[in-house]
Amino acid sequence: MQEKSITPSDSHNDAKHPHTQPEGATGQELLIEGANCASCVVKIETALKNVPGVADARMNLVQRSASVSGTASTEALVKAVEGAGYRAKVTASQKDAEILDEKEQADTAYFQRLIRDTGIALALGVPLMLYGMLGGDMAIHDNDRLVWLGIGLLTLGIMLFPGRHFFVGGWHSLRNHSANMDTLIALGTGAAWLYSMVVVALPHWVPDMARHVYFEATAMIIGLVNLGLALEVRARGRTSAAIKRLIGLQAKTARVLRDGRELDIPIEQLMVGDHLRVRPGERIPVDGRVREGQSSMDESMLTGEPMPVVKRVGDSVSAGTLNKTGSLVFEATRVGRDTALARIIQLVKKAQNSKPPIGRLADVIASYFVPGVMIIAVLSALAWLNFGPSPAVSYAVVAATTVLIIACPCALGLATPMSVMVGVGKAAEAGILIRSGEALQKASQITVMILDKTGTITLGSPRVTDLLPAEGFAANDMLRLIASLEQGSEHPLAQAIVDAAREQGLHLAKVENFSALVGRGIQGRVDGRELLLGNEKLMRDHGVDLADWADCAQALAAQAKTPMYFAADGRFAGIIAVADPLKPDSADAILRLRQQGIRVVMLTGDNRTTAQAVAAQVGIQEIFAEVQPADKAEKVAALRREGEVVGMTGDGINDAPALALADVGFAIGTGTDVAMESAGITLMRGSLHGLADAVDLSKAIVRNIQQNLLGAFIYNAAGIPIAAGILFPVFGMLLSPVIAGAAMAFSSVTVVANANRLRWFKTRSTSASTPLTH
Amino acid sequence: MWLINSLGILLIVLIVWWFWLYKPSNIRVQTGPIRILVANGVYQPAHIQIPVSRAAVLEFVRKDASPCAETVVFPQLQVSETLELNKTTSVALPPLPPGIYIFHCQMQMYRGELHVHD
Repeated sequence: MQEKSITPSDSHNDAKHPHTQPEGATGQELLIEGANCASCVVKIETALKNVPGVADARMNLVQRSASVSGTASTEALVKAVEGAGYRAKVTASQKDAEILDEKEQADTAYFQRLIRDTGIALALGVPLMLYGMLGGDMAIHDNDRLVWLGIGLLTLGIMLFPGRHFFVGGWHSLRNHSANMDTLIALGTGAAWLYSMVVVALPHWVPDMARHVYFEATAMIIGLVNLGLALEVRARGRTSAAIKRLIGLQAKTARVLRDGRELDIPIEQLMVGDHLRVRPGERIPVDGRVREGQSSMDESMLTGEPMPVVKRVGDSVSAGTLNKTGSLVFEATRVGRDTALARIIQLVKKAQNSKPPIGRLADVIASYFVPGVMIIAVLSALAWLNFGPSPAVSYAVVAATTVLIIACPCALGLATPMSVMVGVGKAAEAGILIRSGEALQKASQITVMILDKTGTITLGSPRVTDLLPAEGFAANDMLRLIASLEQGSEHPLAQAIVDAAREQGLHLAKVENFSALVGRGIQGRVDGRELLLGNEKLMRDHGVDLADWADCAQALAAQAKTPMYFAADGRFAGIIAVADPLKPDSADAILRLRQQGIRVVMLTGDNRTTAQAVAAQVGIQEIFAEVQPADKAEKVAALRREGEVVGMTGDGINDAPALALADVGFAIGTGTDVAMESAGITLMRGSLHGLADAVDLSKAIVRNIQQNLLGAFIYNAAGIPIAAGILFPVFGMLLSPVIAGAAMAFSSVTVVANANRLRWFKTRSTSASTPLTH
Repeated sequence: MWLINSLGILLIVLIVWWFWLYKPSNIRVQTGPIRILVANGVYQPAHIQIPVSRAAVLEFVRKDASPCAETVVFPQLQVSETLELNKTTSVALPPLPPGIYIFHCQMQMYRGELHVHD
């Protein structure tokens, strides 16, 4: 490589800096924060070059990155930059998409190698097998020993080349005191070949009737098992379709606004705080918040929500989603591995490799399986030798070989992971993130589903519906005082009241001595007046006379509104009512859950009358109302103590203790802001249909696993005795090793193919449960 | 015939001993990362012993192109990692209580044990 001398003043103009590296050195890329001029570049480059082991360091000011070659550690480089007064971090050394590409190339190369090996093995095996099937004599005679010797040597070539990996793997496993599929194939084909070579080389050692050769079995088995492995590689490639799709959503470059210019840079070089422009039809590169412009965003690829979502200034946008109509400038808030998309990918990958409890039996069996099969092979050979008809030696060899070949530990090993992989991926496509195999299995067993009310059954966007001032109070004045008081509250209803006041153009006053009284309401001082806002308990505790207003409040509650009493200076001042609209499809989704035989229970801190009215509208008969936040978890625990398998659905943040106590916690949210790590299953769509879909899909996945496990068990439980010769005494049938090889090869393909059926699972598509505008 | 039967029974005893009863010796690692080669159907080393108070870094170097070898799973620890071909993948484990922690590939063709002892 030609060495080019580059001065520090040149470096900030160049996109790439060719330079030589000492042997054994590696290149590292650092993102630099805080550098904004040529002298910063000189300082940083000098600091890096002074680190022992650094061969060269070049900084690009525009891209705010430094390329370092040498053997110095990342930590030393970051420290050096910090010592110079700046900040540095390492870019991801390789993108997910590149890793996936490399994996696909490796899988393709492996597949091609297996097909080649299959062809070579079958090129010998098929003609030999056809010869035997069409009446050819497979027994040794004096005049054809040389021919069979040549065929034997050709078969040896098949074992050493297309079949080599079985023997090498089998040998290494044996040395390691373990045994796997390679051990069985190597032993089975090796035994058949060795016996055949003894027959060819030393026929007088073998009884006349037993002088048959099995070279065709050896070649065919190696060919067919290689073919089975190749088909399995192909089928397994399809199981990771979901992850490929998610990784494909990651943009490779982004348009960043820096120093008054628009630059297209790799997304690895983006930092929090960067301003980015995205045009219609482009994918959002990182998570951010809109600073200019307005557009509608297609978030279906992440959340499963089919309706576009309008994004305005202040709204969040997510990496991987599609900007549909307008041009936006947004500020990056999460980049690299911190974006919601990256976290979803990691979560799905981890979940795909986790195992539900149902699969653990196969794990236990797997560790004993292969040695157990070897013992059965020895026992069947002994049985034939002791009790079988002549030629007993031939029968013993055939039976033992066939037992070793037909046994399929792979089918058992694949049964659970393949279904989990496809199923979890399918769920992710529908915006359902399953965190673990355990959550998946529990979700399929749920008997009771607890639903929080606000934000789960309802939209979580309450609005003021009624303002009923008492005598002596004006409506606007009452609203202004209540809204001023609510400024200090974090309650979901507070925002609705504050919004209503602002819509009326009311100026809110400062609140003093604000305090929230759990389970009752709030109090504080506004404009010198002592105010109370809350439920009947609060009013009674402070001696406020409600007169007949309680009936009015009841009437409002019966309309599924939440009425709140308001008092000023100890005197009742009126009622304000707030209503949180139901999600349009809540009733439908709850009906689906009930049709699955699941008890649906509503849990809310709201008053009983309002809760009953809401429950009636959505078809829920069981309610826990007026539940204090601290008691929600106890309600969950109580149901579990009754023997129920409890699913709890909440927003993942406020309901965290209850979610953690449930058998399965479902965190439901709108968009990608939902707390993904807080529950066993996260529903990215706000619709409760996601809940019903999650339960449906979990049942389908567990059913699929059961089918695979049952199939693998039955296959081995039936195949091994048949291979050993159990049908011979009654039917005179002994299974051919070639047929055993074919059955074995295709048994694991069958498992993978059955798992792939989950890709056709249909979730319920619904209309948007959230309005088009936030 | 008794000779053949005896040989057969001996073979069975050998299988039982070799695969189920024999305890292979563990590679003891006190400091530094533990390099594990993933090739030819086995992890090398497959039996590793580490002290109880020590966080461990296992560096898997995958040389086997078959999809079987592309994932390593520690089921008891709920840890799994994808292993890239011909590259080193580090799996960091926190200090673990005493016990035996199995790790294996997805299909359990590859199996290993991490022994954590005082």
